Amino acid sequence: MSWRLWLPLAIFFGFLGLAGYQLTQPKDDAIKSTMVGKGLPYFMLPPASLDRPGVDSRYFHQGEPKLLNIWASWCLPCIAEAPQLEQLKQEGVEIVGVAIRDKPVDVMRFLTDHGNPYTRIGRDDLSEVQLGIGSSGVPETFVVDGKGVITYQHIGDIRPEHVPILLEELRKAGQ
Amino acid sequence: MRVLIALLMALMAVPLAAQGDVPPAPYAYRQLDDPAQEAAAQELMETLRCLKCQSQSIADSDAPMAGDMRHQVRIRIADGEEPEAIRRWLMDRYGDYVSYEPVMSATTWPLFVIPILLVLLAMLIFRRRFRGRT
Repeated sequence: MSWRLWLPLAIFFGFLGLAGYQLTQPKDDAIKSTMVGKGLPYFMLPPASLDRPGVDSRYFHQGEPKLLNIWASWCLPCIAEAPQLEQLKQEGVEIVGVAIRDKPVDVMRFLTDHGNPYTRIGRDDLSEVQLGIGSSGVPETFVVDGKGVITYQHIGDIRPEHVPILLEELRKAGQ
Repeated sequence: MRVLIALLMALMAVPLAAQGDVPPAPYAYRQLDDPAQEAAAQELMETLRCLKCQSQSIADSDAPMAGDMRHQVRIRIADGEEPEAIRRWLMDRYGDYVSYEPVMSATTWPLFVIPILLVLLAMLIFRRRFRGRT
């Protein structure tokens, strides 16, 4: 019997093995922004809360690297990351917030309940800034250097183990 | 009892309602006045992928973010932008992912080349078979 007869079966098992292997791999739904390494697009957002100013993209062109946090009061993982944002603030990091499709009254309630780590919070009712920087969900956090260039994107809520990574990325952006 | 259950269920519905609190973007569900522009927008929206609901186009999806993307597409079309320029604007931000229109690239070329190779291989095998028979 020729070895060639076994070839289709071998290919079939090869395919089965590949499919089986892929099934064991965790599913990665994250859509990475291709804006990392590029400058922030120009935008100007009105304030989303009563006690913080809105956000002008030119603010990111002034000196120190900052975090740009995309969040919303209706987003549950945003509650989970609140303590980590607070910790980053304690470390001296400036965090600028963009609230997606949100109302000031809800924003104020969220900040009262979970703390306010932001120096500015812009109101993005049409997801324009979110689309402009290639973010596909809430929460997401971008490291922006002193010249307004995005250097890093964190997708999903910030867990305690992500804090050192973000601090390191901020340090690199500051060099 | 029934009232109590109804009340409990009404309470459970609150978080769901929260995201719908803010009205959708003006052009999320409103067509453009010019039928030709609306047709161009519609055609483009059917080939753009929703980022929240990953197997639907933004034309098909009721996700708020898809509505915001439709708003972008419609106002840009109304502004006179070319559909392909809008697609490129989105692909500059989300990569190939956001487009349902397949492009030949470093990662996708096998999808285009393999079928051709398989057809050629099949033709070769058939030719040998039939030549052997006659």
